[in-house]
Amino acid sequence: MLSLVTFLPLFGALVIAVGVHNRPALARWAALVVSGVTFLLSLLLLEGFDPGSHAFQFLEESPWLPGYGLYYRMGIDGISLPFVLLTTFLTPVCILSSWESVQKYVKEYMVAFLALETFVVGVFCALDFILFYILWEAMLIPMFLIIGVWGGPNRIYAAMKFFLYTLVGSVLMLVAVLAMGIKAGTFSIPALMDHPFSLVFQIWVFLGLFASFSVKVPMWPVHTWLPDAHVEAPTAGSVILAGILLKMGAYGFLRFSIPMLPDATRVFVPLIFGLSLVAIVYTALVALMQKDLKKLIAYSSVSHMGFVTIGLFTLNEQGVEGGILQMINHGIVAGALFLLVGVVYDRLHTREIARFGGLVHRMPVYALIFMVFTMASVGLPGTNGFVGEFLILLGAYLASKGVAVVATTGVVLGAAYMLWMYKRVVFGEIHDGVSTLLDVSKRELILFVPLLILVFWIGFYPKPFLEMFHVSVQHLLQQASVVKVGAMVVK
Amino acid sequence: MSVNLLILLAPLAGALTAGLLGRHIGRSAAIGATIVGMLISAALAIHVFFNVAVGDGPVIHEEVFSWIVSGKFAVHFGLLIDRMTAIMLIVVSGISTLIHIYSIGYMAEDPDEPRFFSYLSLFTFAMLALVTADNFLQLFFGWEGVGLASYLLIGFWYRKESACNAAIKAFLVNRVGDFGFALGIFTIFMIFGTLDYDQVFHMAGRKEFQSTVNFLFFGPVDTITLICLLLFIGAMGKSAQFLLHTWLPDAMEGPTPVSALIHAATMVTAGVFMVCRASPLFELSPTALGVVTIVGAVTALFAATVGLVQNDIKKVIAYSTCSQLGYMFFAAGVSAYAAAMFHLMTHAFFKALLFLSAGAVIHAMHHEQDMRRMGGLIKKIPMTYGVMMIGTLALTGFPFLAGFYSKDAILESAYAAHSAVGTFAWLMGMLAAVLTTFYSFRLVFMTFHGKPVDLHAYGHAHEAPWSMRGPLVLLAVGAVFAGVIGAPMIEAHWFKEAIVVAPGHEALEHAHHVPGWVKWLPFVAFLVGLTVAWLMYVRLPTLPGIMAETFRKTYRFLVNAWYFDRLYDWMFVNMAKKIGDGLWRTGDVTIIDGFGVNGAAATCARVAEWLRSIQSGYIYHYAFVMVIGVLVLVTVYT
Repeated sequence: MLSLVTFLPLFGALVIAVGVHNRPALARWAALVVSGVTFLLSLLLLEGFDPGSHAFQFLEESPWLPGYGLYYRMGIDGISLPFVLLTTFLTPVCILSSWESVQKYVKEYMVAFLALETFVVGVFCALDFILFYILWEAMLIPMFLIIGVWGGPNRIYAAMKFFLYTLVGSVLMLVAVLAMGIKAGTFSIPALMDHPFSLVFQIWVFLGLFASFSVKVPMWPVHTWLPDAHVEAPTAGSVILAGILLKMGAYGFLRFSIPMLPDATRVFVPLIFGLSLVAIVYTALVALMQKDLKKLIAYSSVSHMGFVTIGLFTLNEQGVEGGILQMINHGIVAGALFLLVGVVYDRLHTREIARFGGLVHRMPVYALIFMVFTMASVGLPGTNGFVGEFLILLGAYLASKGVAVVATTGVVLGAAYMLWMYKRVVFGEIHDGVSTLLDVSKRELILFVPLLILVFWIGFYPKPFLEMFHVSVQHLLQQASVVKVGAMVVK
Repeated sequence: MSVNLLILLAPLAGALTAGLLGRHIGRSAAIGATIVGMLISAALAIHVFFNVAVGDGPVIHEEVFSWIVSGKFAVHFGLLIDRMTAIMLIVVSGISTLIHIYSIGYMAEDPDEPRFFSYLSLFTFAMLALVTADNFLQLFFGWEGVGLASYLLIGFWYRKESACNAAIKAFLVNRVGDFGFALGIFTIFMIFGTLDYDQVFHMAGRKEFQSTVNFLFFGPVDTITLICLLLFIGAMGKSAQFLLHTWLPDAMEGPTPVSALIHAATMVTAGVFMVCRASPLFELSPTALGVVTIVGAVTALFAATVGLVQNDIKKVIAYSTCSQLGYMFFAAGVSAYAAAMFHLMTHAFFKALLFLSAGAVIHAMHHEQDMRRMGGLIKKIPMTYGVMMIGTLALTGFPFLAGFYSKDAILESAYAAHSAVGTFAWLMGMLAAVLTTFYSFRLVFMTFHGKPVDLHAYGHAHEAPWSMRGPLVLLAVGAVFAGVIGAPMIEAHWFKEAIVVAPGHEALEHAHHVPGWVKWLPFVAFLVGLTVAWLMYVRLPTLPGIMAETFRKTYRFLVNAWYFDRLYDWMFVNMAKKIGDGLWRTGDVTIIDGFGVNGAAATCARVAEWLRSIQSGYIYHYAFVMVIGVLVLVTVYT
């Protein structure tokens, strides 16, 4: 079942690659159907998932290269399930958003997106560290192509920067993975969680993993690939980048660093809090001064992910649950904001804030949708952003008051750059060149409606979402509190 | 789900109908929907009020649905209607309904009417959610919700740059306050493990919770004091108190009905309501009460001084609101919460009346707001003059009108508190009372008396339509009688459990026994203010100009509202922009990308270039290197 959800998109991609020639419309529809079916299948996972258990479910295991200790192991728990769903949900949205804006190499574009979906879902389901690593790396290729082929004028620089940044981190992660695997004699993720490592070893491995995860999140100061990648990527690329790829780094912390290396985690908490706080304040201030709409939202993503990393490393229920929820929220809201930029980019072919102004006169529905997501981004109560942000800050306050106080200033700054941007783009007198714009089309509206529903659903009734990972988070916190070093001594 | 929930939901339904379907169902249907929603809400509010506040019905307390649950942290949406909430329901639903009706006339020429009514109803919903909350997080929901509505309504005329900027400023200054408020909520949860009023207030009195907590570099701080002060920062933002007041005058960019409803009668009083609601906490912290008193007293006087010299008719009333909110706070600060609530209620009537009358003047003068271009309007719009005079007399504490009862109760309580801060507040309040009378009558004299300045506008001036005059008359009735009718509120224990007053803090009860001269002094203040205003603006109309010339520096200082805007612009807005720009260009582009990323890339390129250059492809190069290599090897190993 899990493999079906994971590999259906790749299978679809192969079929499209081989079977469709010179018929872009068919490629679009085929990709939409494949990703749609994948989403429906992933809902069956939700249906069959038992949130009352912290164990990995839908387990699959078969030998791959047993001689080298390599196994194909898949399974999900309450922490990975929401990300699987987020991925399968956002992929059809991305494909639909590219309906008209992508006109060259349509078939190849769709193939890249479906392949990407398989790799990303695989990353969230993998229970074998080597399998995880392979999928983690494989995902780079379609993303590299999406930016490098369908991107903006400076796409090659951005794609290379993205690729190399990530690769450097990944190499260090590979060393860490191999070290752990060899030391423990297995690459099985559940087994590694229970394996005791010495503190020094934990610290080295933590740093190796940190190199890769922190780039992906991205944390300050290794965030500079993100604005470039976002600016050059096509709209759907930005959506998937902000919506899902950024979550992989934070997911890495949750799946590996915290449960496998609890002692090292506690050592590094101050460092991570420090970097996250810098990220929150620094990138919020930088976002304030951006002239490019996409760059502004990219920087705001870094700031928001700073909240997430703080939440995860508070190592208490509110903080971690808030962090996970905020990742989902950010996927929805940042994704929607990039879609909104895409809507006006398709019409005006610019993203420069100064070129807009007075959009509300011609595009009232657009202005309303934009307002909702702006408010969700600044964390207004009643929207999803509030629930996540509040839980994170509450958790942070319980962990360290100073951290919470500094982080909370990010809430003020966040409102500043978002509202100022909104004003310059949407309000004011009608700008030249804006006067002939059409409001959102039916297709575009279809994109936004499910995202809008989620904003208010999570805003007013986050219970089903929080319950999905509540037990798993409790289990994680239990793992995080274990003193593995002590276990070594006893042995 | 009870029918009481409709008090909130009816306005929400109206807001959604007008906002989302406004363009499909047409103007009148959209407006009709919001007004029906408001009428339902107001009718139910009155019904509840009679049950809970007039009769002796039980407090209504229901859980509506579970909101956020994460581990120990569990918060729900609830509905709590005790006597304090009941008063707020009447004020909010009642005045909001009147202002909806008034807006039919006032906004008749605006093409975006449905949007306006949608925002108004949305605001009402959020404000009602705020006052019916039974826990701090729902309070915060309403708190930020009214902030959103205020932002949308201040920026309603979004073509105007100044309106958009004012809207952002309001939102951001409030966010600064909410920053403190949120930290207060975190502390409450940290200490008590819950955010429910009932439980928090119940536990707060117990010994084991009266401890200290380390807070940043302040070292150990009394827990309850910390909570109260953090919450109060939020109140300062929302209620435009000294230092966080700068957004309120700018908020006058919004349409006048908005100023009346949000920036006078209801939203800005949320801070006062919150402090009264949290009286069981504030009573435990003399320090916090002292801070509330001082901030309130300073605001009362500060805003009144600025109000003296404003020429924009709405700005005068805005600063007046700021000043009156200061009165309410220092009343709460001396534990006279009932007097604060009483003044909140009477103020809602007469201040809404003043704003709407000003709206009628602006309407009559074709959107002229500068009082220097008005004058002599008494002949053209006598009815507006009449109601405005009632509002002015009620505000300035003319005997037996609304403000007379509530403001005097506050001043007497401050005097009767017999504490240093209480006396300070009383002095500030007395001074502010003189100034209040002066600027209020200055407004009336400049607008209605004397000779018309702009003859063209004067010629076309006309009374407002009945949809506007009706609410004016009703509010005028309120401004006359709210004091007499509401006076029982400040009698002992009228609020029952809703307000807690610690032993030794019974300033309000002692207020009855203050010496006669203390009771008479506010009336003297009224007479002084009135006389000076009459001298300067009726008898000797050249005097103000001469005085402004003579005391030029003081005048500039007051006109510029003590230069707070300029200071904040320089200190925060420009700084943030400069730092942001610096971090971006220097931090990201030069250092991280320049030295780090591209630097590393460039180094790689140089190394690669060098490596490439030695792979020249010429046999003799390789042969040469090989020979050298062999020589080196031989040398080393032999």
